[in-house]
Amino acid sequence: MSRIRDDYETSRWKKFKGWLNGETDLLEHGMEAREAVLREEDPIVLPPHGEGREVLKSKGIWRFKQLYKFMSVALCLGVILTLLWTVAALPITGNADNPDNNEVAARYIERGLQETGAVNIVTGMILDYRAFDTFGESCVLFIGSCCVLLLLRLDGSGRDKDLERLVNETNDRHFEPKDDIILQKCSCVLVPVILIFGIYIVLNGHLSPGGGFSGGAVLGAGLILYLNAFGYERMGKLFTEKLYKRITLSALTFYCLAKSYSFFTGANHLESGIPLGTPGAILSSGLILPLNICVGLVVACTMYTFYTLFRKGGM
Amino acid sequence: MNVNVIQHLLLSIEETASIILFGIGFTILLLHRNLVKKIMGMNIMDTATYLFLAVKGYITGRAVPIVVDGVQDVEAYINPVPSGLVLTGIVVSVSTTALMLALTIRLYERYHSLDLDEILILAKEEEEHI
Repeated sequence: MSRIRDDYETSRWKKFKGWLNGETDLLEHGMEAREAVLREEDPIVLPPHGEGREVLKSKGIWRFKQLYKFMSVALCLGVILTLLWTVAALPITGNADNPDNNEVAARYIERGLQETGAVNIVTGMILDYRAFDTFGESCVLFIGSCCVLLLLRLDGSGRDKDLERLVNETNDRHFEPKDDIILQKCSCVLVPVILIFGIYIVLNGHLSPGGGFSGGAVLGAGLILYLNAFGYERMGKLFTEKLYKRITLSALTFYCLAKSYSFFTGANHLESGIPLGTPGAILSSGLILPLNICVGLVVACTMYTFYTLFRKGGM
Repeated sequence: MNVNVIQHLLLSIEETASIILFGIGFTILLLHRNLVKKIMGMNIMDTATYLFLAVKGYITGRAVPIVVDGVQDVEAYINPVPSGLVLTGIVVSVSTTALMLALTIRLYERYHSLDLDEILILAKEEEEHI
């Protein structure tokens, strides 16, 4: 049993916990606790056909546009010619003696199988030697989906009558065809196959062409097809915003921790204790399989989120 | 341009094609006023870059870098490094395309136009009005 500290009310942990739960505000001017700004902005006061559009038809603007077109074509031709000139100075394609086929690539090919355990050299490269690069990519995808969420999210429930009506009007959920029998029967056959194929690509990333990114995209496509056939209500039981957040964050955290551990032990010449297994077996090549699964989950969730956000502005 | 340059360009025809594709994308980006078409031009430029990188790693007559039958000779496989770089590029371009499309949707909701000139004029008038 641990004793509760006397100064618990003023301790840093309590403040941090309150801030995390949105109860207290650590910043002075109430920046964090300010009322959330609604997405709908004030409509612009200008009439739809204001004076502004007339400016576009004036003589000067017309001349400027002609000049602009001429100049941009000239600029593009200049860029193409300069780049072609550069290509002419580069070594010829497909030649084994080109300087980009240097000792880095040779090392990956010659020692990759022994050091990473992956039969697919590209997977061994991007998920072992250059794994932090791939972590950055997953973070770029995650940040991209967060930005789209910020820009397109519609959530006006229980705030304002007018706003709620506006949200309902822009929500195209009411216009989607309900119970399309052809689509439903087709997706009954197709969705399981697509999902299994996506899982196959993710799990065999270290053995054959494929991996987390391509398999995740296939999985996301299967989820989108299911959503189109059966609607948001049935999909909402399976896949909610909370589940999306949990899957993405835990996958990214696991990736970061696992790779930090393996890089730390590798850099200090310690035993990492991760078995590499027999090359070619499905349970081989150490951390590459779990990392591929993490990347696949992040990509599948992101693709599905992009679709739902563009479609109706929410999960 | 002398004959040597043209011969060289024809020998590495894939790189030449990727450069021309890049130029087409750049032209679309400059000439079209519609924001969605600008995004399409940007995507064509991305694709040209992937083609260039993939071609740079290719070596004539060699196999994909997946070890078959334990052959680990450098002479057997193509360069795996550009393939990894293309993967990075694809992921970043998916994210930027989604972000650009989201911004375009918001602009359309506010100004009811996809024409960049009209949007700029309306935004300026709105600023003066306030």
